[in-house]
Amino acid sequence: MADPILELAGLRKSYGALTVTDGVNLAVKTGAIHAIIGPNGAGKTTLINQIGGQAAPDAGTIILDGRDITGLPIHARSHLGLARSFQITNVLPGFSTLDNVAVAAQAHAGHSFRFFRSVARETALTEKAMACLETVGLADRALIRAGALSHGEKRALEIAMALATEPKLLLLDEPMAGTTHEETARLTETLEALRGRFTILLVEHDMAAVFALADTISVLVYGRVIAEGAPDAIRTDPEVRAAYLGEEEIP
Amino acid sequence: MRDLLTRERLITAALLTVFALLPPVAEAFGQGYLTNVASRVMIYAIAALSLDLILGYGAMVSFGHAAFIGIGAYAVGISAEHNLWEGTLTIPMAMAAAGLFALATGAISLRTRGVYFIMITLAFGQMAYYTASSLSAYGGDDGLTIWGRSEVLGNPVLEDDTALYFFVLICLALCWWVASRVVGSRFGRVIAGVRENRARMSAVGFDAYRHQLVAYVLAGMMAGLAGALLANHAEFVSPAYMSWQRSGDLIIMVVLGGMGSLYGAVLGAVAYLALEDVLAGFTEHWRVIFGPLLILIVLYARGGLARAFRREGPSREGRDG
Repeated sequence: MADPILELAGLRKSYGALTVTDGVNLAVKTGAIHAIIGPNGAGKTTLINQIGGQAAPDAGTIILDGRDITGLPIHARSHLGLARSFQITNVLPGFSTLDNVAVAAQAHAGHSFRFFRSVARETALTEKAMACLETVGLADRALIRAGALSHGEKRALEIAMALATEPKLLLLDEPMAGTTHEETARLTETLEALRGRFTILLVEHDMAAVFALADTISVLVYGRVIAEGAPDAIRTDPEVRAAYLGEEEIP
Repeated sequence: MRDLLTRERLITAALLTVFALLPPVAEAFGQGYLTNVASRVMIYAIAALSLDLILGYGAMVSFGHAAFIGIGAYAVGISAEHNLWEGTLTIPMAMAAAGLFALATGAISLRTRGVYFIMITLAFGQMAYYTASSLSAYGGDDGLTIWGRSEVLGNPVLEDDTALYFFVLICLALCWWVASRVVGSRFGRVIAGVRENRARMSAVGFDAYRHQLVAYVLAGMMAGLAGALLANHAEFVSPAYMSWQRSGDLIIMVVLGGMGSLYGAVLGAVAYLALEDVLAGFTEHWRVIFGPLLILIVLYARGGLARAFRREGPSREGRDG
C-alpha cells in the first residue's frame, strides 16, 4: 500500500503525574481498517482526542497525509480530511437526521458566510446527505428529529456525518458502545461496506467486531503500544493475553 | 414543514398589516397618540428581533444588548449636536458604530461560554453605560436633547409623527426580511448547529467562533438601527438607554415571545410594552404583577407567545429549515 495516511511519532501526554500517552508511535496505512484496543484506562480516547484536536499532546507529532497537524485547531483538521465520531453520542439533537448530515456536507462545500440564499434549495447538499444516510442504513429516518433516534441509530448517524465530510481518515471512538446485539451487527456490516473506500482508525471494546473488521490491531496498555500486527498474531500474543487477563474475552 | 412556513408567513403578514393600518384607525377613533406609542413598540421590536437572532437561534445570551441601542442613539444625538442632520448618513453611522462595538466586544466575549458570556456582555454593556454618563459635552447623566429629527436627503419629513411611524415600519419590515433570510441560510444553519452542539460542529469542520462573531456583529448593527430610530422618536438620548435593566427588558421580550421565532420576538416586544403600559396604569409597582406572570410563562408556556400559533409543541425542528 501507499504511504501511511496517519503517522504518530513520539506522542506524549500527561495529566499531572499521570502519563496517559507515553511515547506512542503509530502508522495507519491508506485504505486499511486499523483498530486500537486496550483495557480501560489505557489512554485510547485520549489518543483519539489528540489526533482529532480535542486534546493537545505535550510532545510528539501528528502527520496527516504528509502534513503536520499537531497544532491545528479542530475545524482545520476536518478540512484536511479528518473526521471523527465520539465515544459519547454527539449529534445535533434539534436538527432532522438529514440536516445533521447536510450541515456536515455544507462544511466541505464552499464557505458558509451566505446569508440570503435558502439552504433548503441547496439540493446538492441534501442529495449528498441522503446518499450518506443510505450508506449507513438511515435513509428512512431522514426527516426524524435526530434527538428522537435510538442509540444505535445515533451512532450510525455520526458515521454518516463523518462520511459527508469526505474524509481521508475516519476516527471512530467506540462506535459500538452501548448498542444492542443487532445494532452492533448492523454497524459492523456498515463499516465492512466502507472498507477500501475510507481509511478507518477504530477504537473499540467489542472484540468480535474488532477481530472481524481490523486489518491491523495495535494494543495500547498504560499509554504504550505493547503489540501491533494482524488479528491472528495479536490473538496469540502472550503479552496481550497477560494485559487483558480478567478484563475481556479475546475470541 | 411547508405548512409551518406558510403559517409563519401568514402571521408575519398579519402583524405587518395591523401595524400599517394602525395610524389611520387610531386617528379615526380620536386616539392619535397611539401612533406615537406604536412607533416605540416597533422600534423595540427591531431590537428584540436582533437579540432573537443571537439569543434564540444562536443561544448567545447577550446581557449587554441595550448598549448597541444606546450607541446607535448617541450616534444620531452627537451628530445632531454637531449639526449633522442627514439621516442617510447618520443612520448608517449609527449601525456602523454599534457594529464596531459588537465586533470589539464580541471578539472577547465569544471566547467564553455560559454564565461567563452573560457576565462579560453585561460588563461591556455597563462600560458603555458609564462612558455615556461621563460624556459631559453631550449631557452626561442628564442625557442629550436633540432639537429635531433626522432629515431624509435634506428633507425634514420625519418631523411628522405619522411619517416617522411609517419610516420605522419600513425599517422593521426590512429587518424582519433580512432576519428571516439569514435564519434559513447556510449561515443560519451553522449558527443553529453551534447552538445544538458546538463540539460536533467543530468536528465536522466549522469555525464556530467566526460564525458566531459575524452573527453578533449583525445583531449589533440591527440594534444600532433601533437606537437611531429611538433617538429620532424621543428626540432625546440618555445613558438610561444602555442600562442593564434595558438589556434585561429585551431578553424578557424575546423569552416572552418565544425564543427562536422571529414573529415571536415582535409579539414579545408588543406584549411586554403593552403589559407595562396597562399594568403601570393600575399601580406604579407593576413589576410585582409582571414578575410572577413571567415566571408562569417560563414554567408553563415554554416557547412563549409564538407557541400559541403553532399546532404542535415547541418543536425546534422548524427553526433550521
